[in-house]
Amino acid sequence: MSNITSLMSIALGAILVNNFIFSQFLGCCPFLGVSKKLDTAVGMGVAVTFVMGLASAITWIVNEYILVKFDLLYMQTVVFILVIAALVQFIEMFLQKSMPSLYTALGIYLPLITTNCAVLGVALLNIQSNFNFIESVVYGITGGLGFLLAIVLFASVRERNVFADCPKCFEGFPIALVTAGLMALSFMGFSGLSVWG
Amino acid sequence: MNNIIIAILVLGIMGGVFGLILAVASKIFEVKKDPREEAVLSHLAGANCGGCGFAGCAACAAAIVSGSAPANACAPAGAENAAEIAKIMGVAAGSSEKQVAFVRCNGGTNAKKRFEYRGVQDCISATKVAAGPLDCAFGCLGFGSCVTACKFGAMSIGPNGCAVVDPEKCTNCMACAAACPRKLIVSTPAAKKVHVACNNKDKGKIAMSVCASSCIGCGLCEKECKKDAIHVIDNLAVIDYAKCINCKMCTKVCPRDAILPKATAEEKEKYKAIKKAQAEKAKAAAEANSAPNA
Repeated sequence: MSNITSLMSIALGAILVNNFIFSQFLGCCPFLGVSKKLDTAVGMGVAVTFVMGLASAITWIVNEYILVKFDLLYMQTVVFILVIAALVQFIEMFLQKSMPSLYTALGIYLPLITTNCAVLGVALLNIQSNFNFIESVVYGITGGLGFLLAIVLFASVRERNVFADCPKCFEGFPIALVTAGLMALSFMGFSGLSVWG
Repeated sequence: MNNIIIAILVLGIMGGVFGLILAVASKIFEVKKDPREEAVLSHLAGANCGGCGFAGCAACAAAIVSGSAPANACAPAGAENAAEIAKIMGVAAGSSEKQVAFVRCNGGTNAKKRFEYRGVQDCISATKVAAGPLDCAFGCLGFGSCVTACKFGAMSIGPNGCAVVDPEKCTNCMACAAACPRKLIVSTPAAKKVHVACNNKDKGKIAMSVCASSCIGCGLCEKECKKDAIHVIDNLAVIDYAKCINCKMCTKVCPRDAILPKATAEEKEKYKAIKKAQAEKAKAAAEANSAPNA
């Protein structure tokens, strides 16, 4: 039985303590690739949150009513990839028709998310942690929010980094990776919160 | 055995169901795309080079169809395809005269070296060492950054150590221009054959001392040109391609051989003789004219 307190601790854990990027190192590809500008980073973060929330819901249902029933738990990874890919494709078509403005805002990021390991990660972690349906959805959405927080902070720092006086050999990607490492270290501070379990 | 069959069945059915849902969804949520977009796309170069300023060929095609880009936006596709696109769009192709890159330097071995550079064989690296090994602050370094940048095999280092463009292979994508630390490469109309192959904007004396084939801004070409197509700007001769008619008069009077194609010594002598004869003729005519009056 899930009560508000346990949901809160799941949310806080997903956003800060076990942040998908800074402590679980999932979804690093879009995190580094789409963080040059703040507005594209926000677009990517929102898209990931959206897909992670939906994917947690659908994969939980698929797991509970198909995989468990047929005793096929070893096929989780391949089935979830199939589900997520189909889901993203479906969302893309749906948005293009009914919400063209959101579709153009998310743009290229939506199909990119198909192969984002944070989305597959959240689906597998939901099962591993024995979450029920509501907990899974909350974990998915808050995990996405954690991704949004991380990528927005990182993009803001990178935008300033461009103008900073930095040794030639560190310019561009090297200093971005150093920045990401330092931010991950600072997020370790949240592990003192110990809200998990 | 049973397990395997169930696994295959479950995954197969799921795949089939998702496929069906997507197929139905693609019909329900179909968005009418302009069929012209695909037609235009088929006439673009398809290299996704980004030279047009849009994010790839599909974005360029969409911009052409929406009217925010001209029919000849894709330079590598060439004039023929631009005409086809114009036909699809029902507009005139615009002036899609073929353009090719040109290296504004013919220094190479003619240019004096301050020291021998033995570092990384790359132009940008070479400019970092005491501002480059050449005395000339404008000339081609000849380490071939542009040759590496060219995807079409149109750039090479010529026999005198200076980069040259093969106009047959050049698609005017200008990747070489972006790679050149000296900003020597410009886009010129392919039909125009006469170019000033120097970019030295120093005053005559300095320009003369650093390179044997530099433009010294003497202005002889400017005086010789009948079409007002070449001018000395900032101590450097510049051709106005809109006016140039490829007559090559300027190449024959250039004392520094800085204008390409280079005139041979014989051609120059011949031209001098013709000029002399013309001058004498004119003088004689002037005398003949003035004689009756006297």
